[in-house]
Amino acid sequence: MRTKLQMWTLMMGVAAALALPTLSRAQLTSGEIQSRLGMESHIGNITGHANSGRVKYDYRRYCVGCHGDLGDGNGENAVWFDTPMYQKPRDFQLGVFKCRSTPTGTLPTDQDLFDAITRGFDRSNMPPWNTFTKQQRADLVAWVKHFSPRWTNEKPGVPITIPPEPEVTAERIKAGRDVFARVQCWKCHGVQGMANGPSASTLTDDQGRPIAPFNFTDGARPKCGDTDQDIYRIFMTGLDGTPMPSFADNIKPDEAWDLVFYLRTFMAQRSVEKEMAKKLDLKPVNPNAPAGQQ
Amino acid sequence: MDMGMQSRPCGKLSWGIHFLAGALVLVFLVLSSSQNANALPAFARKYGLRCSACHESWPMLNYFGQKFKDNGYQLMNDRDAPIWQNPSYWPVTFRITPIWHRVSTGKVSVDTYTSGNPVPTGTAIQRITSTGFDLSGLDFHTGGTLEKNISFYVLPSSDSTASFHFETVMARFDNLFGSSWLNLKLGKFELDNLLSEKRILTLTGNGGIYQLYHFIPVGDNNIYGQMGDNQLGVEVMGHSYNDRTRYSASLLSSSDGNVGLVTGANSYTGFFTLSQAFDVGKLGVDRIGGYAMVGEAATYYLTSGTVPIGGSGIANKSFHREGFVGQFYFGEHFDVQVVTQHGSDNAWFGQGYGNAVNPSNGTTCPTSGPCGPNNTPGTTLPGGAQAPSWNGVLVEPHYVYSPQLIFLGRYETIRMSQQANGAGCAVSLACEPNGYANGVAPSNLGNISTYTLGFRYNPFMTSRAGFAWHNEYNWLHQDGTGPSLTPIPSNVNTGEFLTGFDFDF
Repeated sequence: MRTKLQMWTLMMGVAAALALPTLSRAQLTSGEIQSRLGMESHIGNITGHANSGRVKYDYRRYCVGCHGDLGDGNGENAVWFDTPMYQKPRDFQLGVFKCRSTPTGTLPTDQDLFDAITRGFDRSNMPPWNTFTKQQRADLVAWVKHFSPRWTNEKPGVPITIPPEPEVTAERIKAGRDVFARVQCWKCHGVQGMANGPSASTLTDDQGRPIAPFNFTDGARPKCGDTDQDIYRIFMTGLDGTPMPSFADNIKPDEAWDLVFYLRTFMAQRSVEKEMAKKLDLKPVNPNAPAGQQ
Repeated sequence: MDMGMQSRPCGKLSWGIHFLAGALVLVFLVLSSSQNANALPAFARKYGLRCSACHESWPMLNYFGQKFKDNGYQLMNDRDAPIWQNPSYWPVTFRITPIWHRVSTGKVSVDTYTSGNPVPTGTAIQRITSTGFDLSGLDFHTGGTLEKNISFYVLPSSDSTASFHFETVMARFDNLFGSSWLNLKLGKFELDNLLSEKRILTLTGNGGIYQLYHFIPVGDNNIYGQMGDNQLGVEVMGHSYNDRTRYSASLLSSSDGNVGLVTGANSYTGFFTLSQAFDVGKLGVDRIGGYAMVGEAATYYLTSGTVPIGGSGIANKSFHREGFVGQFYFGEHFDVQVVTQHGSDNAWFGQGYGNAVNPSNGTTCPTSGPCGPNNTPGTTLPGGAQAPSWNGVLVEPHYVYSPQLIFLGRYETIRMSQQANGAGCAVSLACEPNGYANGVAPSNLGNISTYTLGFRYNPFMTSRAGFAWHNEYNWLHQDGTGPSLTPIPSNVNTGEFLTGFDFDF
């Protein structure tokens, strides 16, 4: 009798040990998700509906292979994405998004999600879905939102204010270099923006998966857009779920533009900033230089 | 005797029940093994997208797939170049289709015999019906990027006896000067038909092509205006970033895609398209556009000992085709594809000139295929000869129940608006024999009507393979091309039912 009890205890213990990792992140059930099918999105004067007849069809046709039936990023193709070269598909259940106009830690706006679907993500398997109608995309935004309970419990953040872009000057580029050194962008991105900083190989995302910093020099476009405003927004809001933090508390708006101009000097694409940096014979930051003495 | 008469229906019934039972078992097995759709082999392996992302139903492209193709088989995600791929990735897909089909052709002229005499004593007209298991040819598709913005496609293709040719061979420079409006393609490729025949959803002999893309009037010998055949040439095409607006202009050798410079010395064809897509809200994205094919082809081949010399063609005559294309979507399940055409050939083509050498190898006719007379100096058009012209329309509705199940139909009709006529017709069928006084053909000679019905069911698709259970019926009617029922040639009806497995890996 005692032997049987010990056996059961052992089995229960093993079962509990096996179940423990799965409990660390509760997986939402289909029923829970479906309870949010009334979710809407608002893009300009278009209202998207998670319960529109079409969106489920579109999601199944175009999205489910990567993002999975339950929006958890576990579609059948997800296993083939090798990190850090390819990021795993987004887990919509977490309600955490990289590309936002809103402060770090907050939910993105509907427009942010709409733009992400339209633009796609460079260096990932998420293409631009600008072939869809606006209504289809608005419906998909609502569909994406219905996967996460965050959208029923929280409101999206308020988009940050981006001041008008000043004129590029040599002084601003040099000032941007100082900002780059001060907030230690080089630790991940490298002193020449080549994604080879001392911390680069140690980075992981919130799920513990390896992730590479952005290489400014290889001609790739930033994931969240490649206009000056987009770059400004990226480091002032951070990329939630990744090691890229928000620098909104460390960089003043005017300094942020200086940093944008300096980052442009790294990029492979032709730019005024690149030409100016060439004339200035601008040297990379020196990680060992005392503060303020670049 | 009576028992025998009675036993035959019983036997038929028994056979029918067994067949039905077998079919039901097959359907059950296929349906019960269904699972969610994944991706198409060669490109899906590269990008990890489901095949339904690019195909309305494989192999027909949807809007996103068309954009992917227009970008040179690139998602434009900075991971398109092969340097980003696992070295073991090999972008090859093969496709073949084992089938069972029943073909029934009416009004075939057959010899008749009398008892005890092995020599034909006459002819009769009757229907011939054939059934059996069969194969399609084998296609090896290989395509993708050689480098970012440099793409290729090579398609060795065989007939069902494994006799190979190159259906497609092309290299393409994409996004020249950083603009999606400028892409250059060189080689042998499918013309920029928005409704692609190479991605057709039907497989029967007559239904597996668009009649509109291959129409040649009776007695006409201009084989060079076939939009459905892959052609040799260069194409410039461009599109807006989201592919809503797109254009293409191609300069082609008037050789119907045959290699070896065996036809004209200076005969070229232009093919032009322009289309615009519109966001129509909940209906989807609809597209309208137009195309034009304008070309010249040789009618006179220099001779040696009166034998035409391949590659020496001169005395070019003109032809043209033009029409509208519409792709209308009505929500996620229903769409209609429409193509119209007005076509015309020069009167010389109408009299059978234009193909005096075998374009497949430059040899003198007749070796194989249709060949015509040579327009040697001094030849004159027969009295009453005129440029044949026609109008046609193709309507193809689809009901996409799900990415894995599509029901399709098609109706095509082509009506001659002007016959070639000509009292001294070189090819007898156009105005002779017997019936047509003064070389005037009946106005409906060669008219075509055809409809197709079918469905394709993909019980599974993975990122490694595609599989469809295909069922289709096609019926085609053509006026006046059957054997002569004095004094007027008869009309021909052909019906075909096909069922089979269409798969690729």
